[in-house]
Amino acid sequence: MRYIEPHAHMVSRVTDDYRDMAAAGCAAVCEPAFWAGFDRSSPAGFFDYFCQLTEYEPRRAGKFGLAHYCWLCINPKESEDVALATEVVNLIPKFLGRSNVLGIGEIGLNKNSRNELKVLEMHVELAARNDQMVLVHTPHLEDKHKGTRLILEVLRNERRLRPERCIIDHVEEHTIQMVLDAGFWAGMTLYPETKCTAARAVDLIERYGAERLWMNSACDWGVSVPLAVPYAALELRRRGHTEEQIDRMIYRNPVQFLSQNPRFKVPGSKQG
Amino acid sequence: MAAVRALFCVDLMNRQQLLDLYFLEARSKLIDLAAFFDRVDRAEGQADFRLDALRRALSELGRPDAARTEQVLLRLSDPTTDPIAAATTKAACGAWPGQS
Repeated sequence: MRYIEPHAHMVSRVTDDYRDMAAAGCAAVCEPAFWAGFDRSSPAGFFDYFCQLTEYEPRRAGKFGLAHYCWLCINPKESEDVALATEVVNLIPKFLGRSNVLGIGEIGLNKNSRNELKVLEMHVELAARNDQMVLVHTPHLEDKHKGTRLILEVLRNERRLRPERCIIDHVEEHTIQMVLDAGFWAGMTLYPETKCTAARAVDLIERYGAERLWMNSACDWGVSVPLAVPYAALELRRRGHTEEQIDRMIYRNPVQFLSQNPRFKVPGSKQG
Repeated sequence: MAAVRALFCVDLMNRQQLLDLYFLEARSKLIDLAAFFDRVDRAEGQADFRLDALRRALSELGRPDAARTEQVLLRLSDPTTDPIAAATTKAACGAWPGQS
């Protein structure tokens, strides 16, 4: 079995997780910029984080034969301070030329506040101006449905952004339809408690089909499972899906989306 | 729905197969939920909006259609449409504190 982990916060994970993922068939891991669990106190903290994502983390993954890619932004959880966010957004172009940077992400909303929206618009403008792909975080729990609608409005208002080059992540049963209907890719995050279980993700695949859909673990410093994608593959197998169908969901779909950035290459693969 | 399924799946499991696969897990989760309500009932002090929200969401399980998951999620969601003035916390609690 081969798979791509299209959303994982590996700076929060131990090296053993890279080993386990590689042993389970992971070929590449993609890491959107994230909140550290505490607010960084200055733009310099973000500069160092972006260096970690573009220099150190690819080397750590490479020890296990894993390609490592990243997305850059200031996470919505730190978007209430617009002045800080503006300084961080202004740092990002310096990093866009680095070899493992796939685009802008994970941008979006957290509590659906006015300032979060302003910072989301700044990121979307940055992506459009630099012809970057976009990875979007949708809010948690009670804030997800409202936030997803607000995010779609912002993305639709930026005419330079092509929906097929944007993925809107963390969809669930009440948000997936509006994302797919708007022409975007949709990501299902496999969490033990707060997002999709593997069984519900398989339900969504069976209801909506595999087009423009991927699954990820979004493993971070919280309750999360780095091997959630291969576990979901097991669930697909238990539900009677073929190996070809499973390969499409956990490998070919993410490769199809990510390969829109020519930097994305899977080591030792013809990506077929 | 059949057309969407045909895009990806050849043979979906039938009801008997799904019961075989998931019944014990669903039974266990149902008993856990009952135990949670009992535990809260036995405890001292005031509950908050989350308990009422969960009870209201539970009523969606009795729906006759296959939209229960979506409706439970919506019952627990903020139904408003305007951005809030400012974020005063980073965390979500799982239920909307307003009146729906």
